Amino acid sequence: MIILTIVLFVFLLIGVFFNGLGSVGLLRFPDVYTRLHATTKCTTFGSIFTSLSVIIFSIYFWKTSGNPKFGVLTIHTFVALVCLIITNPTGSHAIARAAHRSGVMPKQAVIDELKEANLK
Amino acid sequence: MTHLMNLFLFTGVLITAFMILPLFRLILGPTIPDRVVALDTINTYIVAAMILYGAAFEEIIYIDIAIVYALLSYIATLYIAKFIERRAKDK
Repeated sequence: MIILTIVLFVFLLIGVFFNGLGSVGLLRFPDVYTRLHATTKCTTFGSIFTSLSVIIFSIYFWKTSGNPKFGVLTIHTFVALVCLIITNPTGSHAIARAAHRSGVMPKQAVIDELKEANLK
Repeated sequence: MTHLMNLFLFTGVLITAFMILPLFRLILGPTIPDRVVALDTINTYIVAAMILYGAAFEEIIYIDIAIVYALLSYIATLYIAKFIERRAKDK
């Protein structure tokens, strides 16, 4: 029980730390691409850790108490985590592509090699 | 068991409090993609906080809603990205 508490505390601490870093990075960075870089990676990593702590918690009480409600909690949290992992990088990639095609340049950019390559 | 649920509740409240900084970026943001990035970040925070609240209150329906919210916000983000792209092409 004390080991479970320590593991959950460490996982939640990592999750909250990285979520906070993403939130501060969104406010402090200078242009769209660096903001996207800060927020997407940090929030995905932090949310993976907070969801993993919920999964570990529910698996432990599923095994010890045998209450099927904790089994349902485990499986549904796992499905939510898979949805988060798949959708978050895909959406941020779509935003970055749309921002580049709509002509938003990185700050202090001199050349644009992606536009010079003339890909369709 | 109760103190673990209080830990989840505290973490959920903290992640909900982190939504304030992206809200500033959503209001101030100089370009449209900045606002979309802020909205996407808020959506991720909402899903993470909803999973934690579901564990804290032992309500499984919260986690089901988190799944649906994640998929719907993904579709909304893709659609806004498509809209920005198409508007830039027409111009």
